[in-house]
Amino acid sequence: MAQEGATVQRTPKRGRSEMGRYIAKRLLIALATLFVILLVLFLLLTLMPGSPFNNEEKLSPDQIAALKAHYGLDKPVVERFFLYVWNMLHGDFGVSYSIQTNMPISSMVGPRIWTSVSIGLEAGMLGALVGVVLGIIAALRQRTGWDTAATIIAVLGVSLPSFVFALALSYFLGYKAKMFPIIFDTTHPFISSVLPVIALSMFTLASVERYTRSEMVSIMESDFMMLAKSKGLPKAKLVIHHALRNTLISVITVLVPLLVSLMTGSLVIEKIFSIPGLGSLYITAIQSNDYNVVLAISFIYSVMFILAMLLMDVLYVVIDPRIRIAGGR
Amino acid sequence: MEAETSAMAQGMRQDEDAKLFRLSTERHEEADSREYADYSYARETLGRFLANKGATIAVVIIFAIVVLAIVCPMLSPYTYYDVDSSQANLLPRMPGLEQLGIFDGTRNGIDYYAAQGVPDAYHYFGTDSLGRDIWTRVWCGTRISLAIALVAVVVDVVIGVVYGLISGYFGGKVDIVMQRITEILSSIPQLVIVTLMIVVLQPGLGNIVIALFITGWIDMSRIVRAQVLKMKNQEFVLAARTLGVKPKDIIFKEILPNTLAQIVVTFMFSIPNAIFLEAFLAFVGLGVPAPTASLGTLINDGYKAATIFPYQVVAPVVVLAVLMLGFNLFGDGLRDAIDPERS
Repeated sequence: MAQEGATVQRTPKRGRSEMGRYIAKRLLIALATLFVILLVLFLLLTLMPGSPFNNEEKLSPDQIAALKAHYGLDKPVVERFFLYVWNMLHGDFGVSYSIQTNMPISSMVGPRIWTSVSIGLEAGMLGALVGVVLGIIAALRQRTGWDTAATIIAVLGVSLPSFVFALALSYFLGYKAKMFPIIFDTTHPFISSVLPVIALSMFTLASVERYTRSEMVSIMESDFMMLAKSKGLPKAKLVIHHALRNTLISVITVLVPLLVSLMTGSLVIEKIFSIPGLGSLYITAIQSNDYNVVLAISFIYSVMFILAMLLMDVLYVVIDPRIRIAGGR
Repeated sequence: MEAETSAMAQGMRQDEDAKLFRLSTERHEEADSREYADYSYARETLGRFLANKGATIAVVIIFAIVVLAIVCPMLSPYTYYDVDSSQANLLPRMPGLEQLGIFDGTRNGIDYYAAQGVPDAYHYFGTDSLGRDIWTRVWCGTRISLAIALVAVVVDVVIGVVYGLISGYFGGKVDIVMQRITEILSSIPQLVIVTLMIVVLQPGLGNIVIALFITGWIDMSRIVRAQVLKMKNQEFVLAARTLGVKPKDIIFKEILPNTLAQIVVTFMFSIPNAIFLEAFLAFVGLGVPAPTASLGTLINDGYKAATIFPYQVVAPVVVLAVLMLGFNLFGDGLRDAIDPERS
């Protein structure tokens, strides 16, 4: 393995196939993990107390038995699990029991994923952009007012939960100043997503800012920067061509796990701004014991999480040639 | 020739030595005690920590909040559960400050306290829609939130440390199996696991703690494992093994004390995380059951009336924010003080 890794650098073609094999191996592990997760989630939810049917106390035992038989809930757990997996592979996640009775979950979840993902991505981009800019300013103007201001923003953003920002923004900018709607309006998706996106982006912004600053500072002090400086390169070129490039490469790798935190962070934000996304559906499903919906959404979150981790591992190898596949253990 | 010159040089040097140096009349123990200051790792670390102003202020603030959370409910004339509909939705009013025109229980010139027939009552943070005193509820809630976070994090530390030590020290097959388990557990987003656990177990103080530590220990175990891997091939462990020390003693007496600094730092960062998760659960409607209040359930209750009575949500949010900020700054300061290389 180590020897194969060593030849990678020399022949790009073999390097690519090595890369392909690495990705394939990681995908297989990810699939196996997903299967185990699905099993765990399924078992957990079978243990869930309460009944998924509306007003069960009004139903006679016969009616309940009939409902259970109709939805296949009378079969043994193992059989139900494999049936579920089989149906899922065919794009069928079952039906909702109580939120919208008999509605297929794929059609409930489908449009909502897009809303949540687009808000998450917008927040991610905003956070990354502002974070990088602030980080660079802080690194270039070390120990000045700029640096202190950026540090304060970073500490606040990392420490405070996003719902604190959401509540503050919706009260001051939404309710008091009436600049933005406090409840998501599907007919004006852009203007109504301004506040949630800002609130959601704070954590990403702060983490990226911190990371960019420390990377940038250590790069500015490195030998190759000294060499470039001694050759008399103008400051702008020095910063943009040499320092910034190297900083951004490593910032990309911290961004991916942050994207995942955006997905789950949106749970609370979606509730505060009444956004019709995945998170608000998840909360409703939990409160009404609609366990097919809970199962499907938990699984979707896990898939996103695992994909993001996979992406991050692959990006590491692609971006930074110093980390080699064989050395990755 | 050469030998001659070198002998001459030596003689000259001896003469010079005699001029420059003379025998000490002093006992070296005395000299030692005078020349060297007392040095200890703890003092050095403490010094570095105190030099960090933000972190020092954070400690003072955390301490103040803890004291308030313990003392206030005891001194308050109100309880966190007494419902009094005649005092519902009163605005904050504090003696002293009310002379300045703030915290005087009036809005738009109307004195709500007089209007509702309780002109002599003082509710520092106002009351909620059931007439419960928010000041008392906030500090009781802080108590509960802190207690949940502390218990969950202490359990995290115990499980995480033992798991990490075993996995790292024994390595091989044991390590592979143990690492696969943590990998699968950590592939499910923490918020999802915590929510599902509460859904299955039903909300309650104990169950929230269980849900928090069921995945909370993973980070700790990773950090401890990494430390063990770094340390287990070092000479002092090798020496202990050569002398026939049992694995149990090597793990707990040789390796564990050396990972303590890392454990303390991780512990500090886990507390605000646990406080946040508890608040999150409450906000999703899975918090501690009423009338018990935690900061999370208070925020959730206050949020429902936020547009009419914003003060009801402000008090718990501010306490939560300050608490989380404090613990994060404290953790940062501690990490920099313990490991100055990294900062």
